[in-house]
Amino acid sequence: MKSLLAQQHILSNTSEQMQLLEDIVEGASIPSFKEKLYMLGFSPLRASGIEIFQVNVGKMCNQTCKHCHVDAGPDRKEIMTKGTMELCLSALKNSTIGTVDLTGGAPELNPNFRWFVEECVKLGKKVIDRCNLTIIYANKKYHDLPEFFAAHRVEVVSSLPFYNADRTDRQRGEGVFDISVKALQRLNSIGYGMKGSGLVLNLVYNPTGAFLSSSQEVLAAQFRKVLVEEFGIHFNNLYAITNMPISRFLEFLLRSGNYESYMEKLVNAFNPAAVSGVMCRNTISIGWDGYLYDCDFNQMLDLKISNGNPMHVRDFNTQFLNDREIILSQHCYGCTAGAGSSCGGEVVKVA
Amino acid sequence: MNPYYNAEDLKKFGNISEYDKPLAEKFFSWYGDVFAEGALTAREKSLIALAVSHAVQCPYCIDAYSEDTMAKGCTEEQMMEAVHVAAAIRGGASLVHATQMMNKVKELTM
Ligand code: SF4
Ligand code: SF4
Repeated sequence: MKSLLAQQHILSNTSEQMQLLEDIVEGASIPSFKEKLYMLGFSPLRASGIEIFQVNVGKMCNQTCKHCHVDAGPDRKEIMTKGTMELCLSALKNSTIGTVDLTGGAPELNPNFRWFVEECVKLGKKVIDRCNLTIIYANKKYHDLPEFFAAHRVEVVSSLPFYNADRTDRQRGEGVFDISVKALQRLNSIGYGMKGSGLVLNLVYNPTGAFLSSSQEVLAAQFRKVLVEEFGIHFNNLYAITNMPISRFLEFLLRSGNYESYMEKLVNAFNPAAVSGVMCRNTISIGWDGYLYDCDFNQMLDLKISNGNPMHVRDFNTQFLNDREIILSQHCYGCTAGAGSSCGGEVVKVA
Repeated sequence: MNPYYNAEDLKKFGNISEYDKPLAEKFFSWYGDVFAEGALTAREKSLIALAVSHAVQCPYCIDAYSEDTMAKGCTEEQMMEAVHVAAAIRGGASLVHATQMMNKVKELTM
């Protein structure tokens, strides 16, 4: 499968996506997200400091998942240069931000990935890698990634949308489940996800279609039972993440006739208690070219901070960023539905 | 527009309170409690609901619980097995009446 960009699909144009998201406000019973927050007294939504420095090191990926909000794939060439990584390191050096969260594409495909991880660790930062698992077996040179992660105490966060091959492969590609199982077993074998090892392995669940996730706790129990019983796999936490109505998932919603009803589901599940915990409030997201965004979703919609005044990581200004106003649009409903959704899963505990 | 069974009507379920608020409120609050985690998990209850939806042949409930069971992490096999349970009970309930038919036949015949 090719990326939307390689297909020259109309939705590879971010303004088309924004237009669709805006149109639905005018056409249907979907209230504006910004207005909704205003009515509830949450406006303007501001950051509450920065705890997580999330770097998208490139859009290249060995997979082409159907729901990918990055529109990543083997045909994407955008990759963060070593120079931009150096700018990230200077920004980090002068800040108290504790966590560096690496994402992509497959972050490990960036030729300077390992160097960057090492430098972040030298600065005393905790590093999270959003690893798609199959990369470990994609090429011999990635086989020792588990050992590299362990040596640097990198927290591994991996997508596994379901505990069987059928639903996983329908979303992530033929054969992905079996390789993911092999990779998870390998990570377990060196201590990842195992009690007392201190090596953290978290899984990410996201619905394999136009429905919302049920409680993270219910799903985690089910995943744990099946993965242990059938594959002997252990993990620390399962994060349930809502699919955002952007990029390839938006394309799926439109193609399958689910777009309006999905937006309605997100709006009906709007939970005011989730607003204060949305991840943009404690995260800054850095694009492959060094520009700053409130989150990885805004990055993919090209919604740069802040209101016509784009900022590059070379001008990283913690004071300004710490309480910047967040750029919001209709896709933000994906972060506030039900128990909320973030890169760390649910944002509120629901009874 | 087809006046019977419009999928859109499911969204209007809450409107039943227009004609009798106290009873509707009691129903929805009881309904919520029924499906909460208890001696049975919310997931098990959702599968039961999916089976019963087929037994009572309610398209609204089938839509709602197909989605709910999926959201609760059930597989297609589990969902289909639940429907077979409903079908088996329905089929069995018809067939077991054959004993009455047989009784009657035996009563009437030489
Ligand atoms: S979802 Fe992750 S693994 Fe899949 S194509 Fe996108 S970046 Fe790659
Ligand atoms: S989509 Fe981004 S900006 Fe919008 S609420 Fe979610 S994290 Fe914040």
